[in-house]
Amino acid sequence: MAVTSATTRASSKDGLIRKISSASTGFWFMSPSIILVVLFFFIPSVIIIGLSMTNLSTATGFRNYEWIGLENYQKIFTHPDTIPTALRTIFYVAATLAFFNVGLALVIALLTTHVPRRAGFIFRAIWLLPRITPSVIYLMMWKFTAAASPYGILNRYFPFLGGQNLIPDAPWVFVLLTNGFVGASFGMIIFASAIESIPKDYMNASLVDGCNAWQRIRYVILPALRWPLLFVTTYQTLSLLTSFEQIFILTDGQFGTEVWALWSYHRALSNYWGNFQWGFGAALAVVLVIIGALAAIVYMRFFRFNELVQEPGIDVL
Amino acid sequence: MNNEHATLKERLGTAFPLTLLVVLTIPVVIGYIWILISTFSRSTYGLEPQGRLTLENWSFLWEDPKIWGVTLNTILLSVGQTIGVVLISALAGYALSRIGFPGRKTFLSFTLILHAFPSVTLLIAIYFVLRWIAQIPILGHGIPVIGGFGYNTVGGVILVQLALQLPLGIWLMKGFFDNVSWDMQRAALIDGCSHFRAWWNIIMPIIRPGVAALAIFSFITGWGSFLIPYTFITDQENSVLAAYLRGMMGETAPVSYSTVAAVGLFQLIPVMIFFIFTQEYLMNIFSGGSKGGT
Repeated sequence: MAVTSATTRASSKDGLIRKISSASTGFWFMSPSIILVVLFFFIPSVIIIGLSMTNLSTATGFRNYEWIGLENYQKIFTHPDTIPTALRTIFYVAATLAFFNVGLALVIALLTTHVPRRAGFIFRAIWLLPRITPSVIYLMMWKFTAAASPYGILNRYFPFLGGQNLIPDAPWVFVLLTNGFVGASFGMIIFASAIESIPKDYMNASLVDGCNAWQRIRYVILPALRWPLLFVTTYQTLSLLTSFEQIFILTDGQFGTEVWALWSYHRALSNYWGNFQWGFGAALAVVLVIIGALAAIVYMRFFRFNELVQEPGIDVL
Repeated sequence: MNNEHATLKERLGTAFPLTLLVVLTIPVVIGYIWILISTFSRSTYGLEPQGRLTLENWSFLWEDPKIWGVTLNTILLSVGQTIGVVLISALAGYALSRIGFPGRKTFLSFTLILHAFPSVTLLIAIYFVLRWIAQIPILGHGIPVIGGFGYNTVGGVILVQLALQLPLGIWLMKGFFDNVSWDMQRAALIDGCSHFRAWWNIIMPIIRPGVAALAIFSFITGWGSFLIPYTFITDQENSVLAAYLRGMMGETAPVSYSTVAAVGLFQLIPVMIFFIFTQEYLMNIFSGGSKGGT
């Protein structure tokens, strides 16, 4: 299957030797990756499923835990926090996507491709800043922006806001803003490069036909962006669903901003009472692992998966 | 269409999007302006420094004994992670691009799926893997400088971050290798050069820009990483800059945020320097990371 064209051309004995040697070379090149992937992806996937069927916690210790089957999942179904947390998570993902990761990203991509090239590039670079800034520093800036009067930037220049720390008053505004400003750059880059690759003929033709800017966006640019839009939406849905670092640093889930992934993290690895419920936390995470794994497989099937994993174009010698 | 008319129309056509862009971009820039002003003032009301400009906030550099240990850990983490990601994914990328071996397609499919898979959901289980590694003698907790590769060591955090970045790295590297012509390598292999020498001496130098891009990306993410060091190193004061800064933020009221801002700027400087010189590379990684190849 592997060394196709080479083996058919060479004599069969020669081909066999080559096949074995290329198999072992391939193995040596792959071995560090294989070890790490097994250690930090496959084994953890097995552990987390096993863990979710135990009552392992600080209270039971590492020796006295028991297998409790699907009890943790039953607990999720009946837990009073389940439905509010799920709704919160859906709201968070949908709103960040709509307003920022797709909405704002599209607006910035359109704007930066309609100004001189150099200027467009500079603006896109600035929008990349939140993504490359260490998250703790980035959120420190937001915390100071929202801080109480007279220190906070917003309270200083907009006195009608009331003067108190703004995060407890409008936690979701800040959660969406902080996540959205980071998230927007991903879509922005992809949309902008898609817009720039629209053949100039199409753009010019629309001008000759007397299109105004809006009509050009509606009938020429947006249809060309159908595929990138779908890609960004699906891809970012998954990453928003499972990421919680920004919320963790900004509010730590206070003021009703605890999303599903953060709930799991709090239960298992970080809470104030020091009782780490690894079993229950794992069960909460498994829900996301399953959604994540299914979504990842579906994306890869959907986004021309087979083209990406083709055999090497030309073969050895 | 008359030429003069066109330029006027063009100018009006770019003035509107330009203004809108400036307005939209201001909120992004303000935080950075604040951090710059704040580090050199005793305190700030909004963006206005109170009192004379001062270097007082930077005294942590010589007065806080912990800062250099934390900085060293951050350097170890980001450099270690960068070298690891680049080397290991270059090896794997080469094999996936150039060598036909059984299981190649399976591994490539897995890499792609793992790339889309949200690895942060596995943190709880990775905690147990690290605790298990910590029990291995020497390897677990007995290595000088990085402490070992188990739970509560810098080495362990390096290993986790490296592993979680591999699917992206391998995919990018395979893309870079796919774009290199076969002729030179074929000549080398016919002359009896091993795959390993062909990889290191012939192909790697050709894809140097790609390697640089992945290295920069990896360094920046390692330098700023918070969640994994915070979760797997228990003592915040022997952790990395990001975790240390978070600890400071928790204890500080906005009145004296200037001292925290100085530590923040201290951590931000290397990232900004990298960024100014390499935005184009980074832009490619952020989009290329999703599409495969540059």
